[in-house]
Amino acid sequence: MAFESLSEKLNRVFQKLSRKGTLSEEDVKAALKEVKMALLEADVNFRVVKQFISSIQERAVGEEVMKGLNPAQQVIKIVNDEMVKLMGPETTGLQFQPGKALTVIMMTGLQGSGKTTTAAKLAGKVKKKGKRPLLAALDVYRPGAVKQLQVNGEKVDVPVFAMDECRDPVVIAGEAVSHALKYNNDVLFLDTAGRLQIDDAMMAELENIKKAVTVHQTILVVDAMTGQEAVNVAKTFDERIGIDGVILSKMDGDTRGGAALSVKAVTGKPILYVGMGEKLADLEQFYPDRMASRILGMGDVLTLIEKAQESATEEDERSSREMAGRLRKGKFDFNDYLESMKQMRKMGGLGSILGMMPNLGISKDDIEGSIDEKKLARMEAIVLSMTPAERANPKLLSPQRKFRIAKGSGNDIADVNRFIKNFGQMQDMVKKMGGLGGKKRHGNPFGAFPGMGGPGFGRGRGGLPF
Amino acid sequence: MNEPQEEGKKKKGLFARLKEGLSKTRSSITSGMDRIFSGYSEIDDDFYEDLEEVMIMADIGVNATDSILGRLKKQVREQHIKDPASCRELLVQDIRDQMNVEPDAYDFEQGPSVMLIIGVNGVGKTTSVGKLASLYRQEGKKVLIAAADTFRAAAAEQIDEWGRRADVDVIGAGAGADPASVVYDAVNAAKARKADLLLVDTAGRLHNKKNLMAELAKIDRVITREWPQARRENLVVLDGATGQNALSQAREFAGVTNLTGIILTKMDGTARGGVAVAIQSELDIPVKFIGVGEKTGDLQKFDPDAYVRALFERDDPEEDLIEASETSSRGEKPEDSSEEA
Repeated sequence: MAFESLSEKLNRVFQKLSRKGTLSEEDVKAALKEVKMALLEADVNFRVVKQFISSIQERAVGEEVMKGLNPAQQVIKIVNDEMVKLMGPETTGLQFQPGKALTVIMMTGLQGSGKTTTAAKLAGKVKKKGKRPLLAALDVYRPGAVKQLQVNGEKVDVPVFAMDECRDPVVIAGEAVSHALKYNNDVLFLDTAGRLQIDDAMMAELENIKKAVTVHQTILVVDAMTGQEAVNVAKTFDERIGIDGVILSKMDGDTRGGAALSVKAVTGKPILYVGMGEKLADLEQFYPDRMASRILGMGDVLTLIEKAQESATEEDERSSREMAGRLRKGKFDFNDYLESMKQMRKMGGLGSILGMMPNLGISKDDIEGSIDEKKLARMEAIVLSMTPAERANPKLLSPQRKFRIAKGSGNDIADVNRFIKNFGQMQDMVKKMGGLGGKKRHGNPFGAFPGMGGPGFGRGRGGLPF
Repeated sequence: MNEPQEEGKKKKGLFARLKEGLSKTRSSITSGMDRIFSGYSEIDDDFYEDLEEVMIMADIGVNATDSILGRLKKQVREQHIKDPASCRELLVQDIRDQMNVEPDAYDFEQGPSVMLIIGVNGVGKTTSVGKLASLYRQEGKKVLIAAADTFRAAAAEQIDEWGRRADVDVIGAGAGADPASVVYDAVNAAKARKADLLLVDTAGRLHNKKNLMAELAKIDRVITREWPQARRENLVVLDGATGQNALSQAREFAGVTNLTGIILTKMDGTARGGVAVAIQSELDIPVKFIGVGEKTGDLQKFDPDAYVRALFERDDPEEDLIEASETSSRGEKPEDSSEEA
């Protein structure tokens, strides 16, 4: 990769910082310079970045380094906190009119931002919640737009209102409302044509629709890959039409999605959903903390934890709590390793988990290319060939014991040695992380997964900042 | 709705059109640039910092901005330049040099050729294919379109409409068909009908989706195998409003096909499209076409001189704004918006 990822950059800076032990003003400045560059690379608007950095500067300098954190971790914590604060609060999704009253929702955005697809996804979502949605096709300009909405509507089993002969979106909107009332629909999505925010005629059209029918919520769909321009778009739409919420589309790409931060910062309007795929079900709730770690390049740790929770039985939960406790004390032995392997499998394999892991300094390609589940099985076999005493206390592993383990697990003695050495490095890492106690992250035993340090996974030992 | 043929005849200099389309771009950049060039009496750190801000706000990106400013600083040092205004010419020249298009960039026009149009969702691939079809049809070439987007709902309707407008045949298949098989049919049809240009419209695909990228590689292979003699253009379509992710898009698509150029679309908004400078600087992929409007004639060959000149032109920003509002309130409904996925 020609690009050094944000996490790698931060790691480098923070490694420099942590060597010094204390956090001076210059250190904070140096670190924040990197944060600034990284945010710009993530397409966060320049002015937003400036504001953001200065607010962090204020907070970071002079703040006591919390017990258990090293200065580097302290800076990351502040950056992350401020980011979440800016992105928040968590949203409650769409607001509906009370009872069976009709809620009219207008979808707006630039061309190609994904309005039509998003409208259908939303309709499918509210239908699942027991609503009776109706989609209305107001894009009379783009060839095939009406048909696209009809096909997508069919997929989510939501009726689509369209007028073949009428080329006036204002008229269609009015008719759509009458239609919805007549057929007892309680949510109406108006799918408007894409337009540039500087196109007066087209913007006036949206204003006219709003005048002609009561629109309860106006949603701006923003392509998550948008650059510096995102602020202009959001600002103009908000000023002229008035928006109530934002949906970020195409978040399943590899964009860091800095636009999310920009849009939130300039409009103050909540981000309601994020589009995570082409399938209609792929519209997910927006979580500011996850978005923050994504923009910062720290992976989707929280999604990972949630996944872990979903797959965990009560017994697992207890053992993972115990393990978390041990991790906090900086302890990690072969039993923990076995346990984490077990849970890993429940969560759908290493590949999918690594993809969500922060700061490992590995790209998705690395993951797909170099994870050898067979290798992991061999490592597991090594552990399984140890006695319980050895598992709990790796120091017991004398050459004779290692030889026995090699034979028992069908590996070379060199493999066993390499594995144990890597494991030792993992333990060191756990020790460094130990006592950190970040409120949500400590429960995650996978941050220290030893397979990463294993043979054939050369770059796996990125220092986790958390 | 405008008929494409009518549109194309409406003669207007390329520079004027570009300028019109770029007017917003220019006003936002130049007002910034002018403020800096005229607002400073000496070249100092603040001056460079302001320049950096303006360039980053244009989506040129941190890395490309750094290297451009690095070169500028070096020149300023070596040539003992004291006057900020003199920096302007150096900057224009620097970016101009980067955006250069080689003389053989449009050799495909000698045909027969296959042009593969690729990109992520919603950037305007189908629209660009339609406009290219019109452009070359009007030049008297025999053009054929392969509708290889068999995924997106109603993609076929959209491309059929474009084919009808451009008076160009469209080779397609039903929704859900294997796009490579559509391309196979289209290539053989193009050979049989002795077409000069086959335009292949593909489904939007995010560049980090392995399967979809593999599908693209397959399409590419089919063309090479079925028609090795044809000249090839593989063009990635980038939305002018896209930020630094466009770099990643270009890089990934270049990894699957031999990317020969960029179509930069939606440049009629306030989007700066500055990421093209970043792509040129980091990946050396030239912009070949630029979309500055919604009408058929609004897809133009990329002219780096006009582009950079229009970008940096020191006009009165006031005038630009008036010009821009005139353009945007021309009252015409766009005959097409770009695709949405």
